[in-house]
Amino acid sequence: MKPLIRSIAVGAALFAVGAVMLERAKAGSDEFFPPVTDPLTRQECGSCHMAFPAGLLPARSWQKMMGELDNHFGDDASVDAATARQITTYLVAHAADSAGHGDMRRWLRRVPASAAPQRITELPKWVREHREVSPREWTRKEIASKVNCVACHVDAERGYFEDD
Amino acid sequence: MQTLSRFMFLAALTVMSVAQAAPRDDILAAYAAQAKAGDAAFAGVSAVRGEALHRDRHAGGKADSPSCTSCHGENTRAAGRTPVGKTIDPVAVSVAPTRYTDAAKVEKWFRRNCREVLGRECSAREKGDWLAFMITQ
Ligand code: HEC
Ligand code: HEC
Ligand code: HEC
Repeated sequence: MKPLIRSIAVGAALFAVGAVMLERAKAGSDEFFPPVTDPLTRQECGSCHMAFPAGLLPARSWQKMMGELDNHFGDDASVDAATARQITTYLVAHAADSAGHGDMRRWLRRVPASAAPQRITELPKWVREHREVSPREWTRKEIASKVNCVACHVDAERGYFEDD
Repeated sequence: MQTLSRFMFLAALTVMSVAQAAPRDDILAAYAAQAKAGDAAFAGVSAVRGEALHRDRHAGGKADSPSCTSCHGENTRAAGRTPVGKTIDPVAVSVAPTRYTDAAKVEKWFRRNCREVLGRECSAREKGDWLAFMITQ
């Protein structure tokens, strides 16, 4: 009985290590961006478009955006001050240049440190990854906008942006 | 036994839907009171006016959203879609019984959406009319 329990324990431990490594590998690639886990952010930032993973922009971008929600790409996305504070804290803590969430700095390649880009879809890396998408694709009716990541990346809500 | 548990389930459901209708009625009553306070001739909310507000194409707002139906769709019981492509749950109370029960949420979206469609905020009367229409849907 004992050896059986031990092998189960070893198996479980190996599995856990494997899961952690897999998570690391995903976080370090350009395919996986951990989805938004904060319920308030999901709700407030996920009704007009998907709640974009915080790792798609640097902290300074989120800070700027959260200060200008009353004119958010022409829309009024404003929320009360306490809500804005909580969302900002979450986004900044999980931003592309934050510590501890895998190394997403590669995603910010060629973004000057002085710039606070507001569009994910204008980051040099995003543009590069999408250079092979034909102009006709973008204007297809089901897609509506470049910002509609889910139209092409069916698992985007779960953080996956691999080719499909 | 089966009948009994079904009865209990239905009873619980009734209690629940009463609990959800109450805040919605309160929100509607508050808009009506506000409209009355601003206009002594106000004679109550109207689902007919609410439907017109919902379906008409308005000038003054954004070009890609001239009507509430631009996002919420022609059919109030079906899902809608934002210009960016995100699905919106139906707005008819019959299929979305939890809607219009959080006053702050209702106010927030009236403010945003009326500005998008009409280029201005909606009046208390317009908000009451629109809610009254959705309650009939
Ligand atoms: C009222 C609707 C609405 C809400 C609420 C909203 N947004 Fe947006 N957002 C938009 C629109 C419209 C665009 C521009 C879409 C386009 O260009 O097609 C946009 C664009 C963006 C973009 C840039 C996308 C790109 O790469 O081009 C980011 C990032 C963003 N929003 C983040 C947020 C965050 C964070 C929140 C929550 C605080 C939020 N949004 C809430 C409507 C909204
Ligand atoms: C019109 C369809 C379309 C839309 C909309 C779209 N993408 Fe993509 N995306 C693609 C294609 C095609 C690729 C290329 C995949 C490849 O080469 O592996 C890609 C690649 C990517 C990659 C790199 C994945 C990898 O394998 O390294 C990321 C990250 C990404 N997209 C994010 C986004 C985000 C974020 C949005 C929304 C703001 C978005 N995409 C919107 C089609 C789309
Ligand atoms: C640009 C797209 C858009 C337009 C146009 C639009 N809405 Fe909305 N509306 C939304 C989104 C997105 C939500 C939030 C998502 C949800 O509640 O499912 C929403 C939610 C609402 C809510 C809150 C519902 C609740 O559950 O409390 C009300 C009220 C509302 N809209 C009224 C209107 C009215 C009135 C008009 C026309 C004057 C209108 N909307 C036009 C996108 C739009």
